[in-house]
Amino acid sequence: MDLIPGILGAALGTLRDIAPIAVVLIGFQVLVLRQRPKNLPRIAGGFVYVVIGLTLFLVGLEEALFPIGETMATQLTSSRIVGEIGDTPDWRDYGWVYAFAAAIGFATTVAEPALIAVSLKAEEISGGSLSAFGLRIAVAVGVAVGVSLGTFRIVTGTPLPFYIVVGYVVVIVQTARTVKTIVPLAYDSGGVTTSTVTVPVVTALGLGLASTIPGRSPLIDGFGLIAFASLFPIMSVMGYAMLTESLKRRRT
Amino acid sequence: MAVPEGAAKTPRLSLVRLRALVRVFAGSFRDLVPIILVIAFFQIVVLREPFPDLERILVGLVFVVVGLSLFVQGLETGLFPLGEGMAQGFARKGNLAALLGFAFCLGFGTTVAEPALIAVCAKAADVAGAAGFIGDDAAARADYALKLRITVALSVGAALVLGVFRILKGWPIHYLIIGGYVMVEVLTVFAPAEIVGIAYDSGGVTTSTITVPLVTALGVGLASTIRGRSPMLDGFGLIAFASLTPMIFVLIFGMVV
Repeated sequence: MDLIPGILGAALGTLRDIAPIAVVLIGFQVLVLRQRPKNLPRIAGGFVYVVIGLTLFLVGLEEALFPIGETMATQLTSSRIVGEIGDTPDWRDYGWVYAFAAAIGFATTVAEPALIAVSLKAEEISGGSLSAFGLRIAVAVGVAVGVSLGTFRIVTGTPLPFYIVVGYVVVIVQTARTVKTIVPLAYDSGGVTTSTVTVPVVTALGLGLASTIPGRSPLIDGFGLIAFASLFPIMSVMGYAMLTESLKRRRT
Repeated sequence: MAVPEGAAKTPRLSLVRLRALVRVFAGSFRDLVPIILVIAFFQIVVLREPFPDLERILVGLVFVVVGLSLFVQGLETGLFPLGEGMAQGFARKGNLAALLGFAFCLGFGTTVAEPALIAVCAKAADVAGAAGFIGDDAAARADYALKLRITVALSVGAALVLGVFRILKGWPIHYLIIGGYVMVEVLTVFAPAEIVGIAYDSGGVTTSTITVPLVTALGVGLASTIRGRSPMLDGFGLIAFASLTPMIFVLIFGMVV
């Protein structure tokens, strides 16, 4: 097996990602704060864990998930599953594509390390009243709906800004009605979800879909799925907060 | 006396640690169950194809589980304490310019080298080349991609400066974010159609797995150190700014270039 070069390559990649962060952190620590952080050895150890952990994570994804996820994304849009495609695609032929988009959006979000980090922090800050697991499921549901709707948009060729404007309006209405403390976290969850695991698979799905459907250009229609995946969690997290709040109120 | 006591303690401590480790591994595995189920279902039921190279996939999954577990451990011992420690250090020092400078450097530095962003910029240059905005040769495309990358990195730096400033002032986040959305929509009308999809996507790709915990810890640390700020209301939100400003900057970039 050719794992060793893969691991070394990924380790180098992770170190290169961390290098600018380390330069900024150490620079400001030494030049501006001029103070040793508490528990320096422990923190350094934690950084080593993060580098090794991310490296193994990425190598594993490259080995196990990305190739098969990407092949799947292109195969599902092929004529064998969809049936012969005429000049104008019928959106009803793409049922499995929407289902796959929702399922893979959900599944990759649950495994997203950045989201795990933020939800752990949120649980800690809220004193446990907000469950990290519940938050992650809420975000994952949002991504599932978003990516699925995004594939529908590619199939139908409807304009992207239209969906995004409607989404923003819903977000604004929800912001006015939901629990105030959830708002910043909900806005954050949009950016957090689209990271290491979700972006490659979702991008492959968008590009694959746009290149097999007649009349769509991968360069123009292939983009936009990530935007859906970062907009819908905002709604689902605020919706989740509204739901738990009303359940709490009903109980008391 | 102390020696046998210590000797008796060590195995119990390591047992506790072992249990904690097993729990972390089990948690990571649980996080991966949905992906395994989805891929297995679509491969076997829908596509009706055997798994290619099953052994390789299983080895890869072990790597993913171990990697995720180590990452979560490293979060708690490394990234979170460091981000919060620096936030407290800056708050104690009371130097606004230094704090905002730090926020900018952190945003710019973590974004400019981000692989996902580099990939998106290269694709955007292809779009621009095909649409005839720029000369259709490799040099013009590379130049365009680099400029776009710097633009996005600057926008994330600006986002963190604005976000940190908001935490200090205690402004409610939704006015700023909704104002930003309105700006995105207005710019969408004027920007060339080819850049819109890329601009909307660029917001999502800028926040990497190492940046997110660090920036979150910084925000929460600042909000819990400064009197009168609530970590929940004021501490979160930095990531939201970092995913909003790239859209605005890229749309403007598309109109100018």
